[in-house]
Amino acid sequence: MSETLLHVPLEHIHQQLGAKMVPFAGFLMPVRYSSDLEEHHCVRNGVGVFDVSHMGEFIIKGPKALDLIQRVSANDASALFNGKIQYSYLPNATGGVVDDLLVYQIDAEEYLLVVNASNIEKDWNWIASHNTEGATMENISDRLCLLAVQGPQASATLQKLTEIDLAAMDYYTFKTGVVAGINDVIVSATGYTGAGGFEIYVWNKDAEAMWNAIFEAGAEFDIKPVGLGARDTLRLEMGYCLYGNDIDDTTSPLEAGLGWVTKFTKNFVNSEALLQQKQIGLANKLVAFELIDRGIPRGHYEICDADGGVIGHVTSGTQSPTLGKGIGLGYVPTAQSKVGSEVFIKVRDRLLKAQIIKLPFVKPGV
Amino acid sequence: MTFPADLKYTKDHEWIRLESADVAVVGITDFAQKELGDIVYVDISTVGETVAEGEVFGSVEAVKTVSDLFIPMTGEVLEVNDQLDAAPELVNNDPYGNGWMVKIKVSNPEDINKLLSVEAYQELIGE
Repeated sequence: MSETLLHVPLEHIHQQLGAKMVPFAGFLMPVRYSSDLEEHHCVRNGVGVFDVSHMGEFIIKGPKALDLIQRVSANDASALFNGKIQYSYLPNATGGVVDDLLVYQIDAEEYLLVVNASNIEKDWNWIASHNTEGATMENISDRLCLLAVQGPQASATLQKLTEIDLAAMDYYTFKTGVVAGINDVIVSATGYTGAGGFEIYVWNKDAEAMWNAIFEAGAEFDIKPVGLGARDTLRLEMGYCLYGNDIDDTTSPLEAGLGWVTKFTKNFVNSEALLQQKQIGLANKLVAFELIDRGIPRGHYEICDADGGVIGHVTSGTQSPTLGKGIGLGYVPTAQSKVGSEVFIKVRDRLLKAQIIKLPFVKPGV
Repeated sequence: MTFPADLKYTKDHEWIRLESADVAVVGITDFAQKELGDIVYVDISTVGETVAEGEVFGSVEAVKTVSDLFIPMTGEVLEVNDQLDAAPELVNNDPYGNGWMVKIKVSNPEDINKLLSVEAYQELIGE
């Protein structure tokens, strides 16, 4: 890799903990501390902490902020209220996806957008290019750390550190307040694991104190640091899309199953073409499948029919640590996308039997 | 990490040990299992086949990655460690013992001297 890697503020902590650090989305990130499987089960059954400070954060402010978001984002941000979060994506002009993101309404004239690390610059330029009405944009990615505290014991861990009533918080809402004696912290009832929990946004200067406080509070629940390896198996068990794998600049958001966050009640970038695609009918669909034969699907493997004819490709695959079997996502023609259909995954010249299933693979514990 | 002195090694991170005049046991090194992380599947379907030195005899799958397994010496694959089917983690926990992968009937046992000594292997991986 020729480009210089970026560093998260808590890198020294990950190194002290013995994490294996790998380049990911331009950052040097902890992929695992001890064992992918242990870390996975720790989040499903207890509580674990991910440092996902590589994620990007933009503030969009001013009287024209909502207009700008409505133009670039496919979901309807006018449905937001103060403290509410919305999952959405940025469609491009050619039928693909610039990025997927979260939109936080701080107030009617101030929003926080949380974007993928690999797309920070691309998203910024894209949104800025549509900012014709003069909304104020600020990129705070470098100043903010993000700690995802996930698992059934996440709430009990964090409740020891804050007066905010966590149990009263609905999924996809947030509050700003004091956590572990630190001011101006965003507590967000979100995550990427299906295990329940919160994401904590904290300024860089306070991040180490926050990390330490969380681990102290979680000690009784055997809290552990969790790397990106387990993050990927956890999200895939839920069937959550990963930008760069399942969606990208060339994939149709509708074929990817993002129709539920595509609101044709308003105009947005490429909305006419997407509406037309919806009306004509989708050629392909992103489906979830489970292997019946023993084996592990991986990205780019071929999806075949019973005769070995290639009908599509795997976009994400792994062995589910919870189920102990191969699971994956991939695109197939709509006619062959029905739940219950049998398909075959080509693994090293062998055709392994798989079945299309309804997501999620693992019931969420939210 | 440990690297027994009585084994021979390859640059692809396999080890081999002659059990008799021409039967050898093959596995992956402690370094390899540590780099891969949790091993969840060992897929070997070459039993009965003769595999040439450096050719693929199977695959080892970790949570995030899949890696080819290369045979250190030309030979016929006699047996797969069938314990790995139910307990692939043996490769992580005991790479030189219960985590062995295949037994092979070696075509040219004297070729073992061409493989890396423990010192040469440790130098290769910077240990």
